[in-house]
Amino acid sequence: MGIRRDVFQAIADPTRRAIITLVAIQAMTPGAIAENFNSSRQTISKHIQILTECELLRQEQTGREIYYHINAKKMKEVADFIEPFRKLWDDRFNKLEDVMKKYKPKK
Amino acid sequence: MERKTKVTAEKGRHDLTITREFDLPLELLFKAYTEPELIEQWMGTKVLRLDNQKYGGWHFQTSYEGNVVFEASGAYHEFIPEQKIIRTHEMHNADFDVVLEFSAFEKLTDDTSKLTMQMVYRSVEHRDKNLKLPFSYGINMAHDALEKVVSKLKLK
Repeated sequence: MGIRRDVFQAIADPTRRAIITLVAIQAMTPGAIAENFNSSRQTISKHIQILTECELLRQEQTGREIYYHINAKKMKEVADFIEPFRKLWDDRFNKLEDVMKKYKPKK
Repeated sequence: MERKTKVTAEKGRHDLTITREFDLPLELLFKAYTEPELIEQWMGTKVLRLDNQKYGGWHFQTSYEGNVVFEASGAYHEFIPEQKIIRTHEMHNADFDVVLEFSAFEKLTDDTSKLTMQMVYRSVEHRDKNLKLPFSYGINMAHDALEKVVSKLKLK
């Protein structure tokens, strides 16, 4: 039975979110990524593998090293899913701010 | 665009977190949540009941063109002024179960404050359903209301 791998699966784990943050700044080798964690190399490899399957990371061979790059397009899927909900709250809170700013001088 | 409100909804969890920083002192932010007249203004709903205390309850109702389009109520479980509110939230006449709301109010500076809301749903499916449906409904209503306001302006 195949597990469905999507971008939401990728961000469900805190270690994977940390890896995404690291790689977002610059492309990194698996070794360099693993150095940032206390977990074993194998554990980190597994996370990298899942991130790659979810297409959040892209591999690039440079000489003898493999570098992992972030695929920002994929990350956008998460934002797109939540965006309308955020907008709803944004509008509501903006209104709250407006109402309270008008209320202020009355004090 | 400025992103003042952050919504975090992680896959596979049955909660979501909403954070927002306000250009308002903490007292005013908290007031916006506790004075019925103010809630009516920013939430655009009628406040039928608002009993700001532990064991208290709340009941909001919104009508549009004579019909009740939104009704929600709940009970307060904790109420600490200018710190936190824990309450339940149930939407009426909708296929949604009750949600548990944890709201934390924080002072950032004398003029700014922060609100962190954690909404806990009964299940992952429940949360995702909520994430998908009501906002489009809410946005439509807001658009309708906006149209009304704008059309009135034109008449003047």
